[in-house]
Amino acid sequence: MTAESPVRPVTLTMAKKTTTVYDVTKHHLVPEHKKLSEKDTEELLKDYSITAKELPKILSSDPAIQHLDVKEGDIIKITRENPHSGNSLFYRRVTNG
Amino acid sequence: MAKDDTEETAEEPIVAVKADKKGTLQMPESAPKEVIPGLEGLETVKTEPAAKQDFSQIAFQQSIHKQVDSIVFGVLSPKFIKKMASAKIVTPELYDSEGYPVDGGLMDLRLGVIDPGLRCKTCGSRLKECIGHFGYIELARPIVHLKFIRVILTVLRGTCKECGRILIPKEKIAKSKELLDRIDKEEGLDSRRKAVHAIIEKLKTTAKCPHCNAKQEKIVIEKPTSFMEGERRLSPIEVRTRLEKVPDEDCEIFGLNTKSARPEWMILTVLAIPPVTMRPSITLETGERSEDDLTHKLGDVVRINQRLFENINAGAPEIIIEDLWDLLQYHVTTFFDNEVEQLPPARHRSGQPLKTLTERIKSKEGRIRHNLAGKRTNFCARTVISPDPRISINEVGVPKIMAMKLTIPEVVQPWNTEYLKKFIQRGPHIYPGANYVIRPDGRKKRITDETKEAAIEELQPGYVVERHLMDGDIAIFNRQPSLHRMSMMCHRVKVLPGRTLRLNPAVCAPYNADFDGDEMNLHIPQTEESRAEAEILMDVQTQIISPRYGLSIIGCIQDAISGNYLLTKNITKMPRHQAISLLISIGVTEFSRLPNKEEVSGNEVFATLLPEDFNFVGETKAHEPIVIKNGKITQGYMDEVTLGGEGSGFLLRNIHQRYGSQATIDILHKMFKLGAEVLMMTGFSSVISDTDLPQIAKEQVTTILDEAEAEVNALVASFNSGNIDAFPGRSRKETLELKILEVLNRTRNKAGAVVKENLNKSTDTAIMVASGARGNNLQLAQMAALVGQQALRGQRIHNGFRGRTLSCFKPGDLSPEAHGFIRSSFKKGLSPVEFFYGSITGRDSLMDTALRTPKSGYLYRRLANAMQDLKVEYDNTVRDATGKIVQFMYGEDGLDVSRTENGKIDVQRIIDTTE
Ligand SMILES: [Mg+2]
Ligand SMILES: [Zn+2]
Ligand SMILES: [Zn+2]
Repeated sequence: MTAESPVRPVTLTMAKKTTTVYDVTKHHLVPEHKKLSEKDTEELLKDYSITAKELPKILSSDPAIQHLDVKEGDIIKITRENPHSGNSLFYRRVTNG
Repeated sequence: MAKDDTEETAEEPIVAVKADKKGTLQMPESAPKEVIPGLEGLETVKTEPAAKQDFSQIAFQQSIHKQVDSIVFGVLSPKFIKKMASAKIVTPELYDSEGYPVDGGLMDLRLGVIDPGLRCKTCGSRLKECIGHFGYIELARPIVHLKFIRVILTVLRGTCKECGRILIPKEKIAKSKELLDRIDKEEGLDSRRKAVHAIIEKLKTTAKCPHCNAKQEKIVIEKPTSFMEGERRLSPIEVRTRLEKVPDEDCEIFGLNTKSARPEWMILTVLAIPPVTMRPSITLETGERSEDDLTHKLGDVVRINQRLFENINAGAPEIIIEDLWDLLQYHVTTFFDNEVEQLPPARHRSGQPLKTLTERIKSKEGRIRHNLAGKRTNFCARTVISPDPRISINEVGVPKIMAMKLTIPEVVQPWNTEYLKKFIQRGPHIYPGANYVIRPDGRKKRITDETKEAAIEELQPGYVVERHLMDGDIAIFNRQPSLHRMSMMCHRVKVLPGRTLRLNPAVCAPYNADFDGDEMNLHIPQTEESRAEAEILMDVQTQIISPRYGLSIIGCIQDAISGNYLLTKNITKMPRHQAISLLISIGVTEFSRLPNKEEVSGNEVFATLLPEDFNFVGETKAHEPIVIKNGKITQGYMDEVTLGGEGSGFLLRNIHQRYGSQATIDILHKMFKLGAEVLMMTGFSSVISDTDLPQIAKEQVTTILDEAEAEVNALVASFNSGNIDAFPGRSRKETLELKILEVLNRTRNKAGAVVKENLNKSTDTAIMVASGARGNNLQLAQMAALVGQQALRGQRIHNGFRGRTLSCFKPGDLSPEAHGFIRSSFKKGLSPVEFFYGSITGRDSLMDTALRTPKSGYLYRRLANAMQDLKVEYDNTVRDATGKIVQFMYGEDGLDVSRTENGKIDVQRIIDTTE
């Protein structure tokens, strides 16, 4: 009988702090997030006759928009799939919290 | 009510209300007042000299005088307190030897009137017209205002003890301000407050003044009102001088607007004395005067203040002055709040604590929750409810004694004078009579046997008669908890004998009412406008379709369902005369739709209630097709799915869609009565033998049970011999339990199937289940075959003794009967052990409901309050009161659920049913 070594080999994977280990955008429950162009932003605000202040918010640290390179004030377009009524759109303004 | 009114005009000057010029009508100082008959309550101002205007316009223009543009909250400065005061209070005495208020006392006549007949010395108006006026006292030494100690502390900690500057280097001050302004602009006030807090938190630990290099010491509060700097106590005088040194621009960073709140104002040098109108004295029956708690407290303040003055002027030793000063601090503190920790509350001679300012406002009995958020109304009633299927669905039965107390004001007109005189003639004791007459000047007179002749004599157009409640009057009916809008609906009054409020059982569902002692409330709207509003928005008819699931919430229940089921399914032939007497008994007098045959079918009788051009395609509970063509049932029968309420009732939904709410209510009411009437004709009883099983079925059930027991025993045996492999993530014991549970549940289902197959389907008990009126197959099986496994939190019953449920079992016994399996049926009766198992789960579910109800109720309340001002705008977005978007399309699909059928729009059915 051979004595087993008390220390077992461990494999470590190094990940950058900014990249998430699991890519949430690939998850089926995470809808598509896209950055709105300046022109589209203007149009959106005009369509709803609002200022950016009236939009719902999203944290700039939100995992779903880490791949987008966003800054405060950007507008994110979220396309949600609805099994009953097709796609529905949602817009959020990026904030630093 | 009137008594409360006087004390409610409190602390007005803390809040400065700015009226802007947007208000369409400014009230002129001495506007000529005019009373319009019937609109006495409204104060009116003539806008143009004697212009010809119709009344409605005048009333409309009056409704807006001024518009609130902004409200500024601040702290009263000593200067402002003196300026707004009408009297300086100098003596603790209240009345002189003749019982007359002392000048400069706490009941000074310049502070307002509380005695009828007297006039206010400040404004000259009488009781109830004068809202009262503040006074002030000069404090002999500064006093810390209890409610501001936290603010004072932060300012003291954040500023230099020597030079008074904020402990931020000069060059950074401007930057901090900029940051705050930016946050304010971008994210609003809440975020600014958070940022202010963050800045102050950092200042606390600064040891040296960046302006004058003075060393800073740590300051703490010694409860309740002292400030300690290291070991030394700071006197209020010192604190005040330090606060005075803080420049305005530094205050801004602390979040103080120095125009309305200088920090040194938080240390009081003068004290505002509230008007007597908010602390009226009451005269006892003995003629003795009893003062309000606030007056008592203020008396203490004034007395000690006086003593302190005298001692200072006489040059008394510092210890005595210090003691008096502390005592004054105590009295002022308890004047603001008598429930401060570390301070004994000031008490009456009887020992009960005084109710001072804070106690008046806070808690459930305080001004906010009791008087402002919790309004109470007159013209309402509450009592036990009971059912009455004969009154209409939108009626409410009101006991006569209630109808004689609840009244409706009717304005006397030339054309109804005689009619109303008859009510007065009958007086308050003969129904329908009248209780009060209101003169055009607003005086209310009670009608009695003595006064009624005079009242009739006097009566003329413009008078108002408060007559008894009568049939057809409008009432709002309500049952708590009022969780959805259907909890308050508008009904027509029907005055009935008896002592309970009566309602049609069809509306039990929206109110969630039953008759096991439930009580409900009734409100009688008093104005034409409120009655119109109630009729249009709250009528029972308008609430048939629930906005929750888009199906009718009001529908047939119980006997109405089983009756119509029997009629349309089982009665294929009945003599025409019998059909006619059935229809007559439910109020149908038109028989042209009934086929002119010797014998008619139940279907044909039922169909007479349907509109002639009605088409419908649907399914029954048993998934059999129903077809209605041109108002005739060509296939199928009625049951819960077509007629029921609470999320079924597809037939009703379709009738509503095509013919509107009024027709639906009428048809529903007739269906309801028809169902009950059919049962009265045929008889309907549920008996014990309804659930008798034939001998073969009984044997089958026994075999199934024996097999199951054997199977479980085999499982236990293989577990004991180690032959059971654990499921992934489970222990072997857990695996065994799961397997046993699976076997036993399968057993009950098998037995249920046997019952379903063998039970006599023509018994009335089975009919109730089949039609969906009451009960289900599981409950039938529990009565006929076996009750089944009792489960506690998804497991068999394990608790009780160590290793066993009851002491009659061996420890470690894993058999079904030792862990909550009830093999008897309810009809056969349970053994003591089985009964005990049933009691365990019964108690558990009782506890569960008792604990869950308040929790879910509170959760719902928070949700409802959070969403109360959300609104769907014309562009389909959902926005809150400030215009912020919550959803870009209501519910992501923009559907109004109340316009759908179960949340869906069934296009196929629309095509099928339109010709
Ligand atoms: Mg009840
Ligand atoms: Zn006055
Ligand atoms: Zn300094």
